[in-house]
Amino acid sequence: MSAATLAFIVLAIGALGFLLGRMKALSVSGGKLSTLHSLPGYYGWHVFIWATLPAIALLSAWLLISPNVVSSNVRAALPADVLAEGTNKINLNMGMIDSIAGGLRLLDDRELTQVSAGFRELRPILAEKGVALAANGEDYMVEAARQQIAAEDGSRFWMTVLTIATSLLLAGYAWSRVALRFRARNKVEFVVLAGLVVASAIAILTTVGIVFSMISETGRFFSSVPPLEFFFGTVWDPRFAAADDPNAAGQFGLIPLLAGTLYIALVAMLVAVPIGLFAAIYMAEYAGPKLRATAKPLLEVLAGIPTIVYGFFALVTVGPFLRDISAQISGIATGDVASFIQAQSVLTAGVVMGIMLIPFVSSLSDDIITQVPRAMRDGSLGLGATRSETVRKVILPAALPGIVGALLLTASRAIGETMIVVLAAGVAARMSVNLFEPMTTVTVKIVSQLTGDLEFTSPQTLVAFALGLTLFFITLALNVYALYIVRKYREQYE
Amino acid sequence: MSVEANVQTSAERKAASKDFNLKKRYAAERRFQVYGIIAIALGVFFLGALLFSVVTKGYTAFWQTSINLDVTFDEKVIDPSGKRATDPNVLLTANYSRLARNALAEKLGLENPNRPMLRDVNNMISAGARIQLRSMVLADPSIIGQTRNVWVLAKGDVDSINKGQVDLTVDESRRQVNDRQVGWMNQLSEAGAMQQRFNTGLFVNGASSRPEMAGMGVAIIGSLYMMLIVLALALPIGVAASIYLEEFAPKNRWTDLIEVNINNLAAVPSIVYGLLGLALFIAFAGLPRSASLVGGLVLTLMTLPTIIIATRAALKAVPPSIRSAALGVGASKMQMVFHHVLPLAMPGILTGTIIGLAQALGETAPLLLIGMVAFVANMPATPLDPATALPVQIFMWANEAERAFVERTSGAIIVLLLFLAAMNITAIFLRKRFERRW
Repeated sequence: MSAATLAFIVLAIGALGFLLGRMKALSVSGGKLSTLHSLPGYYGWHVFIWATLPAIALLSAWLLISPNVVSSNVRAALPADVLAEGTNKINLNMGMIDSIAGGLRLLDDRELTQVSAGFRELRPILAEKGVALAANGEDYMVEAARQQIAAEDGSRFWMTVLTIATSLLLAGYAWSRVALRFRARNKVEFVVLAGLVVASAIAILTTVGIVFSMISETGRFFSSVPPLEFFFGTVWDPRFAAADDPNAAGQFGLIPLLAGTLYIALVAMLVAVPIGLFAAIYMAEYAGPKLRATAKPLLEVLAGIPTIVYGFFALVTVGPFLRDISAQISGIATGDVASFIQAQSVLTAGVVMGIMLIPFVSSLSDDIITQVPRAMRDGSLGLGATRSETVRKVILPAALPGIVGALLLTASRAIGETMIVVLAAGVAARMSVNLFEPMTTVTVKIVSQLTGDLEFTSPQTLVAFALGLTLFFITLALNVYALYIVRKYREQYE
Repeated sequence: MSVEANVQTSAERKAASKDFNLKKRYAAERRFQVYGIIAIALGVFFLGALLFSVVTKGYTAFWQTSINLDVTFDEKVIDPSGKRATDPNVLLTANYSRLARNALAEKLGLENPNRPMLRDVNNMISAGARIQLRSMVLADPSIIGQTRNVWVLAKGDVDSINKGQVDLTVDESRRQVNDRQVGWMNQLSEAGAMQQRFNTGLFVNGASSRPEMAGMGVAIIGSLYMMLIVLALALPIGVAASIYLEEFAPKNRWTDLIEVNINNLAAVPSIVYGLLGLALFIAFAGLPRSASLVGGLVLTLMTLPTIIIATRAALKAVPPSIRSAALGVGASKMQMVFHHVLPLAMPGILTGTIIGLAQALGETAPLLLIGMVAFVANMPATPLDPATALPVQIFMWANEAERAFVERTSGAIIVLLLFLAAMNITAIFLRKRFERRW
């Protein structure tokens, strides 16, 4: 019986248990519900939980463990000379046995007797069924495949029997406990609470998963490339084409990537901060309710547009526009119509990323500016300051820590942004101060090292995890610090 | 300022100090306001420029140039040796492009065309015509020998010219379509045999290296699977986690840690989630690459913090009097939460969920790492089959060089933005309609 049908049967037993438990509760109460400890439904749920949860847990555990047990049994039964061939060879053979077993399941009894002779007879028959096998199979594999099928069938049989038995037995046990003074509600609520705790732990598990998966892969990377060379290397040349050649060592210097990341983020902040901040100040201090009600959502639409759209905008609109306009300018200035801004450049990526960040700066700062207490504004205006003086001399200094926090959050977004730079910043890892030339970033390199079907064994792919870990910790530090500032600031005025 | 101040007469100085430099200060005030207006105008301008650029480049993608042909299903072309009754491969491998080519040559009124001429004729028709004619014959072999009127797709380059996207003043040798073919196009257009028809292929076809046949059907299905997975996992887990944190958790270090953690997870760069998915779901758990299941799981982890934060805000907004009243009439804490607080918080939770889903729908970077950048021509039947996603499809098309792909990319972006707009409008509607102010 397949696992899905089995799960369905268990649920059906649970549903039946619910009805029986509820009925028994009603009958023991003799129609006077107030004599029961809990509402009758809780007795039903109690039976349902006992009938399903342990059985489903058993089923999942069985599904996880049994394939390993079966394959290690099959492996142990292989002929001695095959076992002597080393792990890689054995793994290949096991894969072959697996596909033979899969193929044998498709055959009917008549065909099965036909192929009892050996591999040579089996291959064309299976090929007819759509199972392609390599030509170098041997007869012992067919025998092993038969063993595997037998073991799988046995395991499946016992899984079915045990799961259904567990479900029925425990449902019966729970049903037998239904009584007037039985505290069913408390038990059910305990299980629900446990479920809630587990759900909230998933957030923690995600972080743990991120850190552990990246640290372990990064560790493997550092076993072939020394950390010092990675963190302080100034040349990025992973030798992608030679990834299979163990002698071709690439150079994995983080510095040029980090420089590009920070440079592009800086340009983006130079675009986003003045626009966002002034927009926020105007909307918080000057704009009437009508303008505010239209301008604020319009700016927030910018935040809802996917980054890939910004990337495309940079690639086909902003980049060519800057290139053409620079050609015009140099044509007027020197007479030579050569563009000095390349279509993919730090400037293009930075400007478009800046546009993306405007709403982050403006809505975060807007929140913070409106949190400054009314009394401070009134005091300043009452002393005769103009509104702009009040903003510059009273409100901004008071809101400064919060705004700094908001800007740090925005910067962390700029550093972790991927799609815009993948499309608009270029892939050349170099260090330069020229705004108009392409540079590359950490995120671009993570994408380019991992796109495609690659095995996680060469430093060329593992380096992506080291880059990711670096990125994770940089943004984590920025976020923790920013959240700390914002929190502290909020407490100050609450 | 100091130079000007020095040449002021004492009377002027007196007057100036009396009105506290008001003129200057008012000028500064006006300037400050103008900066604010400029900032807002710039922001709105950028939004407009972005949308304008996408829409003007992309709206034409919803129409595709087709050619009307009277195709004669000539037995001599399809089955020259007359073996189709015994060999099923004959109908599969027959030269259907020649049928379309002959039909077009006839339509153009070419008499005794030479080889280069025929090649030019052939180059105006999409390779999709072959598949279209083949499926017609396979569906009904009796049409062999008859003539049928069919619309076949024109080649992508022809389509671009027909839409006026190619500069025809460029020298012939540097264009994909030569002057003779342009002349034929005009001839066909005048006869009404070349028209732009609604592009259904854009919504149902899978990947193709030929722009006129490429569609985002696979991407839409893949995105749909992922959204369903995110909804099925992230909503219950997120709501359960928020209920625990908001209603049951004691205030201690552990819950503080979870709280800080969730806020940080919301700000982790999305590409890091891609690395997590790669290491956890593909390398460790052995799930297949390019599967929408893996994409859905990664996006679930990414969306969880958004949903948790929104749900907690919604739960917090339910006034404590509701809780006290429920507890006062004898409800248990669990009954209080599930019977009273949760239903009242539902509109807020749904709004947050839809916004989280919209974020997940537009996310590209993590999907690149788990192999969704794949050339998938067949519709995925289950979430375990290779698929791609709408934003990833946009990314792949953006990297194609041909002019016709720019149009398709913009068209796909318009579709994506429409989906997002619909989701966000639903969220706003829910908030406006059901939100209760206490």
